[in-house]
Parts: sequence; C-alpha cells; structure tokens
Amino acid sequence: MHMADALVSPAVGVVFWAASAGTIALCSARVRNELDDRKVPLMGVLGAFVFAAQMINFTIPATGSSGHLGGGLLLAILLGPSAAFLSITSVLMVQALFFADGGLLALGCNIFNLGIFPAFIAYPFIYRKLVGREPCQSRMVFAAIIAAVIALQCGSLAVVLQTVISGVSSLPFATFILLMQPIHLAIGVVEGVVTALVVSFVYRARPEVLGSVIQEKPLGELPLGSLLAAFLIAAVLIGGVLSWFASEHPDGLEWSIARITGSEQLPETGLKAHDALSAVQEKMAILPDYALPDRTGHGSSQRVGKSLSGIVGGALTLIICILTGFVLRRRRTR
Amino acid sequence: MLAIDGSFLDFKQLDLLALRQTAIHRLDPRAKLLTTLCFIVCVVSFDKYEISAMLPFLIYPTALVAVGDLPAGYILRKVLIVIPFALMIGLFNPIFDRQVIMQFGAFDIWGGWVSCLSILTRAILTASAAIILVATTGFPAICEALEKLKMPQPFAVQLLFLYRYIFVLTDEGVRTARARQLRTFGRRGLGIRHFGSLAGHLLLRTWERAERIHMAMLARGFSGEVHSRRRQSHFGKQDLLFTVCWVILFILLRLYNAPQLLGSLFTGDL
Repeated sequence: MHMADALVSPAVGVVFWAASAGTIALCSARVRNELDDRKVPLMGVLGAFVFAAQMINFTIPATGSSGHLGGGLLLAILLGPSAAFLSITSVLMVQALFFADGGLLALGCNIFNLGIFPAFIAYPFIYRKLVGREPCQSRMVFAAIIAAVIALQCGSLAVVLQTVISGVSSLPFATFILLMQPIHLAIGVVEGVVTALVVSFVYRARPEVLGSVIQEKPLGELPLGSLLAAFLIAAVLIGGVLSWFASEHPDGLEWSIARITGSEQLPETGLKAHDALSAVQEKMAILPDYALPDRTGHGSSQRVGKSLSGIVGGALTLIICILTGFVLRRRRTR
Repeated sequence: MLAIDGSFLDFKQLDLLALRQTAIHRLDPRAKLLTTLCFIVCVVSFDKYEISAMLPFLIYPTALVAVGDLPAGYILRKVLIVIPFALMIGLFNPIFDRQVIMQFGAFDIWGGWVSCLSILTRAILTASAAIILVATTGFPAICEALEKLKMPQPFAVQLLFLYRYIFVLTDEGVRTARARQLRTFGRRGLGIRHFGSLAGHLLLRTWERAERIHMAMLARGFSGEVHSRRRQSHFGKQDLLFTVCWVILFILLRLYNAPQLLGSLFTGDL
C-alpha cells in the first residue's frame, strides 16, 4: 500500500525523501555510465507498460475479488536493479501527481518502500540466486513468488514503521504489523504468480529479452556499500530529528504528568526563562486549545468555551475560504 | 467496462487542464512546486490532535482553483477518491486512543476521534494540493522544474518518456481489457492464467515499440537529451512574489491558530 501524506510526519517524510533522492542520483549515474543507451527509452516505455497492464484486472482464484499487477519485481527482472529503480520511481511519481496516490511528501517513503526492496533486495539476492545461471520455467515461477513475497513483506514492514514513527495514527505497532503482514503476504503471492506468468511467457516467446539482463553481473557492481551508508544515515537522522522533535513536543510526557499530578503542567518554578519557554511551547504545543479535563473539575466551563470558540472560528474560516474562492472566480470571469 | 474507460478519461482530463492560460498557469513551474511542497510540509507538521488551525490552509487550494479556472467539482471528486486510503488507517484511532481530551456539554470526546478527523483534514488538503499542482502546471513542466532543481538528467529523460507513452500504452491496455471482456461470460476467462499471456503480449509489443522508438531517435541524432520547443520559463518577479507571499502566509497560519482567534472575537472568550 502507499503511504499517505496525511499519515506521515515532516521528519519522516524528509528523511525518506533524502534517502530516495540519493538512490535516484546513484542509479542515474550508473545508468548513464552503462554503454547500453537503449535503456533510457526502454525504462520509460516499460514504466508506461506497468500502467497499461494495471488497466487489465484479473480475478483472484478462491476469493472472487480482482487484482492487478504491481510491477516492481517485473521491472527489476526486465531491466536490472538501477534502471528498474528509476522506472518504478517514475511510475510512483505519476501516481502521486495524477492520482494523488500517496502524496508528494510521502512520495519519498513510497519510493523507498516500493522501489528499493524489489530492485535492490528481492531481485538481486532472492530472484537471481534462486533462478541461477540456467533459468527454467519452474524455477522462475518459484523464484518470482518468493521474491515478490519478500519484497512486499519488507515494504509493508517499512510502511508500519514509518506510520508508527510518524505518530499521526494511534495504531500500536504490534496490532498494525499483525494487520499488515498477512494482507501483504496474500498480495505478495498474487504479485509473484502474475510476475512469474508474464516472465515465463516472455521467456518462451522471446528469451533474448530476458537474456540481455541475465548476462549482466549486477551483483558485483551493486552499490551495496553506499546503500548501507544511506540506510545508516537515514537511521541516525531519524533518531536525531525525532528525539529533537520529541523534546519540542513533550506530548507523551505531558500526558503522563497530567495523569500523575492531575494537572497539565509541572508546578511553576517562576523563572523568567521558563515562562518564555512555556510561551513558545504554548505556540508549538499539542493541545493549545483543546483542554484536558482535570479532576478538580474547576475551569472546565472555560475549556468548553475555548473549544467552542475553536469550532465557531473553524466554521467561519471555512466559509471565508470558500467565499474567497467564489469572489476570485467571479473577478476572473468578469 | 465503463469503469475502466472512465478512470482513463479522468486521467487525460487532468492533463488537459494544464493547457489553460491563466495567471496561475503562466507562473514558473518551480514557484508552484516549491509553494506546494511548503504547503504540504506546513499542513503535515501540525500536531495529531489539531483540526481548527489547519482549516485556514484551505485558502490555498480554493484560491488556486478559482484563479486557475479549474473545475471545482472535478478536483473535489479526484480528492474524494483517494481519501478512503488514509481514512482506513485513521479509523483505527478511535479504537486505540480513548483518552478524553475535550468535553462538549455532556459528551466526552475521545482523542481518537479528534485525530481521525485531523487525518481526514490532512488528506483533503494534501491531496488537493498535489492534484492542483498538476492541473495548473502539467507533467512535462514539473519535470522541467525538477531538472532545474538538480534532478539527474537520465531520470528526467526517463520521466518524459514515461509521460509520452503512458497515454498510448494505457489506451492499448484499455483496448485489450475491453476485447477480453467482450469474449468472456461472467467471470470465466477473467482469471489469472489468461492474464499472463495477455500482459505478456502487451509487454512484447511494448518492447518492440521501444526498440523502434530508439532507432528512430538515433536516426534523428538523439544523444541522451530531450529537446523541447516549449518556451523556457525563467523565475521572474511574479514567481518570487507568488512563492514568498504564500510561504509567509503558511508560516503565519502555522504559528497562529487563526480560527481560534476569530472564534474568540465572536464568543468573547480571549
């Protein structure tokens, strides 16, 4: 599944954008250095093919529902890791822009989840190892299913991690993972079967199409070191940025303090610096206007008033926004 | 069958909107791209329980739809299609987050409902911003903007190829799907086995097409760069004004809860 902008926090979005942009730069350099200049048009056209193939649905046996091709692993098998990564990325970009599928900030996450795992993990380390030097049909089917399942499991695990770290959704990690992994196991099997069917068809009809990729030896050239470095940097960045955010928005802490002491705030220390800081924090705070009900009960009417003013103001804002739209359009058409 | 054709036409229509000539369409693509990204980051950076402070951000999509002369109903429909995906995850919030964070008369309102509504608001705002960006800029111009912002060139060329062939090939995909549907009875024949050879044939045709394209391009002196006759836009005063004004507004709206202030004026509760 695609990560959505609505579920991602800026820190997670930016970190994964950085990781994905780095990989795009790396793969572009590798594709440029390759002598085979047929590849660039082929990458674009095959990306378009994935869209075309998604227009053809099929029924999934025993469930009665219908599915369509994802295409990540297929592209990796046809193009090799770097070119496939760029092709998948461009497909995701079109999806994000034309269908708002995922969104622009979450695009970094989606490129990471749906591009890196099939192109740099599932294809070179699982599919190629399992197919071996002399491909035959049964082996290709088996390898494609295993590779697709692993790519999708990694991808959905990444979605879970990104969602949980972002913290917009309240789904606990364990529940979410129990929800996502089995669903993606099923999706992975279907994706693997479909990929295998297409690949073995191509293999029977025009084996040289697959041969050109198999003869390459991308394992030796894989930018494994740089990839690992990118992962490491991403991990450090996530840790650093998140802990910074956590200290700026002490929400979890504030909640537990509220529960222990029965009031939202720590006892005031009366220090000027503290006042200034709490004023800043008020601005950045989690619930500047929706108040916590405290146990003493006093002050709750004021809080209801506050949230009421938020709702009244919100409604007015919506009306103003829409009216502005009408006025602007009216001026245009005049 | 109508559904397939419908979604495909929808996709084309969005592309056609970018051909309009309005003040927004004439802006440099970089200005719109950067403003959109800033908009999304500001919206997404709100706390998970925030709703009211996010509402004023609606001014950006509405203003662009109005000035850019975009069909509001069409944009709204496109946004509504994608919302269920975010909401699917958001609907778990009320189950897991039952902390009462607000009281409204006799009702306790759980944090989960507030954050679920917040996710819905985010989804509407971010999805509309992305769709409006394409509708006012167009895909090739966005690629050009990205290339000027230092996107690697092979990737840019590749994106342009994808864009050029997506319409041709999806057309072919739709035709194939329709042909198959006309030859099936109920669900028979729509299974996974026939899909393999169907998609395989499509793939081989695509592959041959790519080879022909490449040879034709070589014959015309292709050296790894796509030249277009489109007017090269430069980042002018207007573009700067557009970007700076919106970004300042976004930052102000991010720091100050405008609806709260407005509401306080009316309810006299400051």
